[in-house]
Amino acid sequence: MDNAKIDNIIDKYPSDPSSLIQVLLDIQHENRWLPEEALKRVSEKLRVPLNRIQHIITFYKAFSVVPKGRHEIHVCTGTACHVRGAPRLLSTVQDLTGIKPGETDQDLKFSLETVNCVGCCALGPVMVVDGEYHGNMAPAKSEDVLKEYE
Amino acid sequence: MSEILLQIDGREVEAKEGMTILEAARSAGIFIPTLCHHEKLEPYGACRICVVEADVGGRTSLVASCLYPVEKNLVVRTRSEKVDKTRKMILELLLAHAPDAPALQELVQQYGADKDRFEKESSFCVLCGLCVRYCTEVKKKNAIGFFDRGARREINFIPEIASRECWNCKECFPLCPTSYLQAAYHLTEALAFPSPSFLIRVRGTGNA
Amino acid sequence: MPRINSPAELEEFRKDIMSKRDPKRPCIAVCTGTGCLALGAAKVVAAFKEELKKQGLQRKVDIRETGCPGFCERGPLIVIHPEEICYLRVQPGDAEEIISQTILAKKIIDRLLYVDPITGEKIIHESEIPFYKNQKRHLLGNNIKIDPKSIVDYLAVGGYSALAKALSQETPEQVVEMVKDSNLRGRGGAGFPAGKKWEFARKSPGDTKYVVVNADEGDPGAFMDRAVLEGNPFSVLEGLTIGAYAIGSHEGYFYVRQEYPLAVENVTLAIKQAEEYGFLGKNILGSGFDFTVKVHRGAGAFVCGEETSLLRSLEGKPGEPRARPPYPAVKGLRDKPTNINNVETWANIPLIVTNGPEFLTSIGTKGSTGTKIFSLVGKVNNTGLVEVPMGITLRDIIYKVGGGVPGGKKFKAVQTGGPSGGCIPEKHLDIKVDFDELRKVGAIMGSGGMIVMDEDTCMVDVAKYFLNFLTGESCGKCTPCREGIRQMLKILTNISGGKGREGDIELLEELAQTTRDASLCALGGTAPNPVLNTIRYFRDEYEAHIKEKRCPAYVCKELIAYHIDPEKCQACMICLRKCPAQAISGGKKQIHVIDQEKCTKCGTCFEVCPARFDAVRRLSGVPVPPPIPEEARMIVRESKQK
Repeated sequence: MDNAKIDNIIDKYPSDPSSLIQVLLDIQHENRWLPEEALKRVSEKLRVPLNRIQHIITFYKAFSVVPKGRHEIHVCTGTACHVRGAPRLLSTVQDLTGIKPGETDQDLKFSLETVNCVGCCALGPVMVVDGEYHGNMAPAKSEDVLKEYE
Repeated sequence: MSEILLQIDGREVEAKEGMTILEAARSAGIFIPTLCHHEKLEPYGACRICVVEADVGGRTSLVASCLYPVEKNLVVRTRSEKVDKTRKMILELLLAHAPDAPALQELVQQYGADKDRFEKESSFCVLCGLCVRYCTEVKKKNAIGFFDRGARREINFIPEIASRECWNCKECFPLCPTSYLQAAYHLTEALAFPSPSFLIRVRGTGNA
Repeated sequence: MPRINSPAELEEFRKDIMSKRDPKRPCIAVCTGTGCLALGAAKVVAAFKEELKKQGLQRKVDIRETGCPGFCERGPLIVIHPEEICYLRVQPGDAEEIISQTILAKKIIDRLLYVDPITGEKIIHESEIPFYKNQKRHLLGNNIKIDPKSIVDYLAVGGYSALAKALSQETPEQVVEMVKDSNLRGRGGAGFPAGKKWEFARKSPGDTKYVVVNADEGDPGAFMDRAVLEGNPFSVLEGLTIGAYAIGSHEGYFYVRQEYPLAVENVTLAIKQAEEYGFLGKNILGSGFDFTVKVHRGAGAFVCGEETSLLRSLEGKPGEPRARPPYPAVKGLRDKPTNINNVETWANIPLIVTNGPEFLTSIGTKGSTGTKIFSLVGKVNNTGLVEVPMGITLRDIIYKVGGGVPGGKKFKAVQTGGPSGGCIPEKHLDIKVDFDELRKVGAIMGSGGMIVMDEDTCMVDVAKYFLNFLTGESCGKCTPCREGIRQMLKILTNISGGKGREGDIELLEELAQTTRDASLCALGGTAPNPVLNTIRYFRDEYEAHIKEKRCPAYVCKELIAYHIDPEKCQACMICLRKCPAQAISGGKKQIHVIDQEKCTKCGTCFEVCPARFDAVRRLSGVPVPPPIPEEARMIVRESKQK
């Protein structure tokens, strides 16, 4: 991600340390992960030491320090989905993709994450793929859904 | 600065506004054990060894004496059945990480803590934060920091900064209660510092 | 966009809006909250728009994309105004029929109506549906009537009259008194009296003060705030502005979790429109009061719902809580006096100012006034958001509003308060929902998550679930929380994995004590609640896991096995084909057998075996019968016909 793009994002916010998380969220959203050069640039321009940035990007789950796959799978593990069988769904998705939450597969096709409630409890268990919500996901149905993604 | 009268272990103690219970106790010669506390650093309140019983607003609760500000008529007990049980449990939780840590041994004796209460954990860092806070607040170099959160929280050196700064410094080393810090430093140096030839060039120019 | 400069101008403008709106004009309100969007509401809207165009009716019939009215189980949901005809589970293909039959011919389409499960009666009007009838929707009621992206819609339902009244007729101190008199208690979970909190902030010295909306809504299973922010963001903004006036703050923040992109979008848009119309900025409504608001996104940390962590996050730091005292009302954001309240708390404020404190005190109990929104989810028929008066019994919420437990299963417990709360068993279902009553039975009100559990829920698993959640969400700074939860989770994992030992329950209780008493913040302080509470009411389940290695609810994987009863199996091949682990062997006439080594306990076979065969059994605490010999596995259908 080039410096000009990063600077554009930084300039949208007041140039003080309290904008740090908002800036990083925007970079994450655009670039889908946070490369080291981006962090160094942010550290310079917002005058925030690198150790604080490192803590923040590992503390907050919205950030990824590795590239994400083409398709992001989020399996909801909120309490309502949990009692409706989310663990079995997650287990099946793990088997189908070969990865665990937080990981991306070798082909950079899928990234898997758990999320603590997307607010669609009436449809539980819920799996979101690339922002598209799939509800009432019995484990057996997940294979059909994931097959659709290239 | 106005005077505040409070009671610690049945004794009346005079304190100044803005003092913490720990400072007030020390000024009156009353001992409260600590682990993550250091005079040169902002009080942190992470280890919770310094907890004491305080009667506030009709309720008794455990508070960290290193942080809790003195109040008029506050009643504090630095030892009690609850305080002792809590300190013992906290020690046992820390001993699961660092059973042989020198800084903990005297307290282990005093509170009868059992080193083998819990299964050993893989990291012997007790996350007192002394190293991180010292580097940030006193040396202002930010060469080491916290990473992640919850049970996965850990300390790590920032290789680019540490390779420049730590060689001549190492002031945080004696602060570590478990010597995990020294181990982490050497591991980082071995695995993540820029190559030796680069370092020699950097140090040679006196730009360390 | 005219800037409105006085209460009088506001009323003029409002009259003008109303005069241009024909109350008899047909309007199709379609819920486009996140839940219904997930069920395809966007396509429903598109279908309506296209159909109206086709029939040349765009100028005669309105479509309004609204926020969530709560009946999520039956989405996509539409309400046709002015008749208030409610259609449920609407599909894009229904658009043509709805417009031709209901809008034009004024005929009701029966198959889209709500059907009472007991009487079979079909109900036409939204307000008569039992799900809604038993609620008191002061905060959510407007959701189906307004487009959250339109300030004009908000003004049309009386919006901003409270702010006008506060600024022109009440002093800041009087507003604080009103809130105190209403006995509004924080809706975020702790239930601290809002008026008192405001008073502390008001009385703190200093010119710079902040007001913050806590929209982090981290409790898994709770989405009340999402619906309020997506569906009626102006109500919260108006409440915040009134609060700022009362406390003496000129700068406000919405801290919204980034997992709610639609809420972030709608709040941001609301702020922009409020600025354009003069409800934010300088000299609001000619009162001399200035106030600006910014939106700040969270970055995925449950602990940032705790107020001191939230403030650290607002400052661009990791969300580590700070010790209290000093409280945020004295030393908060950037060490200045700050008042933080939950979304629902702020949304109550305009109602109190417009209608007086009695609006709240006339409902609910003495200790808990007003209404509360709950997200009623889990094993319940009518999953969704319900707004009920405080003091209603849990039984009424679950059965009258919620329609009871589906599938004929037996109710087991209802969990309130998220990871800080507890599970309430059947014997306490008649308690009144009230901050103090819930505490007495070992639970808490919490932010509103209400998860119904049935006989298929394992309570040891529930405790483990919450601790697992917390061990990752804890900031990790203090020993009792980080290490205490770590050790409690280990023990629970062992218990649910068949490795539980005598003394485990006692050790859990001892760890719970330290974690509760010595943690830095309420995350650690309340972390032991689900454990202690499930031990209190479901100790027998713990003991079954520990002593008999048995999971009574057939949930804990290491303790259960699936087994196909050879007497009942008809070799239909359904489970064989559906098994994701290919663990079932058999054939068209060969009785199926599950290979226990390959079985991942996903439960698919149990779910798909046809009811008339009912051949898959769950076993726990007993050994799995060995597979019958190969020869005996052939089904001889001919002999059965003989």
